[in-house]
Amino acid sequence: MATSTGIALKRTALYAAHREAGARMVEFGGWEMPVEYSGIIEEHLAVRTRAGLFDVSHMGEIEVRGPRALALLQHLTSNDVSRLKIYQAQYSALMYPQGSAVDDCVIHRLGEDHFFICVNAANTEKDFEYIRSHNPCDASEVRVRNVSAEYSQLALQGPASTTILSKVTDARLAELKYYWCCPASCCGVDGLLARTGYTGEDGFEFYFSSSESEKVWRTLLEAGQSEGLIPAGLGARNTLRLEVAYPLYGHELDAETTLLEANLGWICNFEKGPFIGRESLLEEKRQGVRKKLVGFEMAERGIARDGYSVLTESKGQGRVTSGSYAPYLKKNIGLAYIPPEDAEPGRNLEIEIRGKRVRAQQVALPFYKRPRNPKIND
Amino acid sequence: MYPEEFLYTQDHEWIRVDGNTASVGITDHAQKELGDIVFVELPQVGAHLTAKESFGTVESVKAVADIYSPVTGEVIAVNPKIQNAPELVNSDPHGEGWLIQLELKDRSETDRLMSAEEYEAYLKGGAAH
Repeated sequence: MATSTGIALKRTALYAAHREAGARMVEFGGWEMPVEYSGIIEEHLAVRTRAGLFDVSHMGEIEVRGPRALALLQHLTSNDVSRLKIYQAQYSALMYPQGSAVDDCVIHRLGEDHFFICVNAANTEKDFEYIRSHNPCDASEVRVRNVSAEYSQLALQGPASTTILSKVTDARLAELKYYWCCPASCCGVDGLLARTGYTGEDGFEFYFSSSESEKVWRTLLEAGQSEGLIPAGLGARNTLRLEVAYPLYGHELDAETTLLEANLGWICNFEKGPFIGRESLLEEKRQGVRKKLVGFEMAERGIARDGYSVLTESKGQGRVTSGSYAPYLKKNIGLAYIPPEDAEPGRNLEIEIRGKRVRAQQVALPFYKRPRNPKIND
Repeated sequence: MYPEEFLYTQDHEWIRVDGNTASVGITDHAQKELGDIVFVELPQVGAHLTAKESFGTVESVKAVADIYSPVTGEVIAVNPKIQNAPELVNSDPHGEGWLIQLELKDRSETDRLMSAEEYEAYLKGGAAH
């Protein structure tokens, strides 16, 4: 399989296992990835009610180490990295001066001077070059490495995740809180286990040597069989993240969209000191944003899709960034950028679907919030 | 797999001609390619369709596909179950998941459509890309 430009697509170490499991493969971010196995709806519901296992080895990993590593990341990212304790993780963004994101990422602190950053597949090279080109130090002070090829990443997501994982790891899962990580052996393979995810459910992401991929994949699927664990593809990953309104780079985020416009003010720490994009964001706070990300539900028959035009009540123009049928909510939902003065739950929108204006209503985000589980301390 | 008595288009619609009328749907291959179908938009009874022109859409969770009329004719029935149960197109694409019934304008238009055997060969050829 090749892209339209003729560049060969990359494959994860689990390519053969996906084909064997009957996956439909698609191009995503330069990779040939499983989009679905048994069907997006079934996989989506499995993650909301039981558990799903995702191969997310296409995600990039960048390691930043050395005495000046913290200072470099404080300069490049929007959130306050200094607040991370060892083995804590943080959602953040690599920043452009205009207040937009080079990429959104999860930073794991593995030591005082050691950071492990999970980035988007399609942005990995760009991020690596961006970090490297902004590193004023020599290798003795900060070393930046793109270690993506060394790692596989599996995401075990859903309410049964803990029960399943506890069968194949000695890590103390009850003590691993949301957005913390620890070195752990899972399925007999050493790696980094993080209580993170992109689905809105409880779950784990495990980073480990790609040479052990099949062993971990098969062992986990077998361990989870009695809990109803099934493999899940990028199709369900997308509908799951959309129900919880998590942004996807290239849709809700890009070089032209600021973090404030994307409702990501909560990952901007203005007190930590200077960082790239801080001045633009502060100016935007004073002036107000030019557009705002809102959620909507279709009020009439029709599904809004990425790129469709939006018209607000006051005839303001907007654009859909993500839209789909939401399998758990059983509604047609979407995210769109619209003029900020029109952004308010309850107000109507019109989505232009193939030349026809179809009514939608703004709703508060997220669309879905998982029921609180008293066993998890987040 | 593909019923012998149907005819097929390169866009993966099927048509079952019965005298002057015909039923139209999408093929098993098409429903598999689309995945879980969650929305179907169809014309009203009385609409005039032209061969090879789009007459509606089938949407899965992840994709939108136009449906093209295999022949020219007038819509005389629309599957009443489809609006509330679009998943019928997945579970029974050649039966319960039919989309519309047409009154044909010109039966000779069906001459250029593929037989089941030809369609299966066409799919095999397509898979080699």
